[in-house]
Amino acid sequence: MTEPDPVRYARQLALPQLGADGQARLAHGSALVIGLGGLGATAALYLGNAGVGHLVINDYDRVDASNLPRQILFQPDDVDEYKTHAAAEKLRAYNSKLRVSVLNRRLAEDELTDAVSACHVVLDCTDNFATRLQINRACAAARKPLVMGAAIRFEGQVGVFRHERDGPPCYQCLYSENDENLDDCAGQGILAPVAGAIGCLMATEAMKIIAGLSSELDGRLWLYDGLAGTSRSIGIAANPECPVCHPGN
Amino acid sequence: MKTIRIEYFAALREHTGLSSEEIATDAQTVDQLYAELDGRHEFPALGQLKVAVNDEFGDWQSGLADGDLVVFIPPVAGG
Repeated sequence: MTEPDPVRYARQLALPQLGADGQARLAHGSALVIGLGGLGATAALYLGNAGVGHLVINDYDRVDASNLPRQILFQPDDVDEYKTHAAAEKLRAYNSKLRVSVLNRRLAEDELTDAVSACHVVLDCTDNFATRLQINRACAAARKPLVMGAAIRFEGQVGVFRHERDGPPCYQCLYSENDENLDDCAGQGILAPVAGAIGCLMATEAMKIIAGLSSELDGRLWLYDGLAGTSRSIGIAANPECPVCHPGN
Repeated sequence: MKTIRIEYFAALREHTGLSSEEIATDAQTVDQLYAELDGRHEFPALGQLKVAVNDEFGDWQSGLADGDLVVFIPPVAGG
């Protein structure tokens, strides 16, 4: 691993909270991005461009023309290509030092736990509660920090769950199998930059975790209402009966 | 009778046309408050709403005190 390029990363190296040490941590860091939709395609682009050394990207869909307004990693020529393949090619073109690994299939529970175990941080950029709960379980089993984002219509949510620590709440302390999918992007509309905004926040939180910077978002859910132009942050209490983070009960 | 401030978020804000309101209520719990508000506003079906009291997620049986701030939050899973 060579030192991070001082010219390319000059404006991040100028941040005293990050600096050369933080940028080096990013270069040695790895992130698993699950789902390459409006959230994941944006988050992966920033993580790769901003110096995270290794990205593992997971999706099994192909690029559709209706993805292009918000999944800005992809271009019209990518339509009908696998998202992972198109994304890997683009990410490497943006940053030749970036290592990209591709998981081009739906991961079974044990495969998912293996993939989570191999990374420093996991970004849940998927689009349904069942998969989100599965990712949360895998992060708990592997004790890896999870950055969760979701977006629909003009709304977005971001949460940070520090599974590597004892005590904080997890995703399942908030959402359960009883929650319904009323809101996938295909079924209802979404304003393209709302997804991008949430993807960028997820990338920010993931980079802070890799760089060792603390966050007020740990154990909280940040809500964005893009139509109103408002946001708020809500605390999540660890549920003592949560089957994932309090399995002894 | 206690005074509760309700802030509306996302789809509920659009539906009610209100960003917030204050009501005087005898509701003892969050679900009693929701039923009272539903009677006024006829909320649309939005899946299982989450509720926050004073910016902490709570459950529907959470008790209410004078001056509490309540926010109902539609679930979001899309990506």
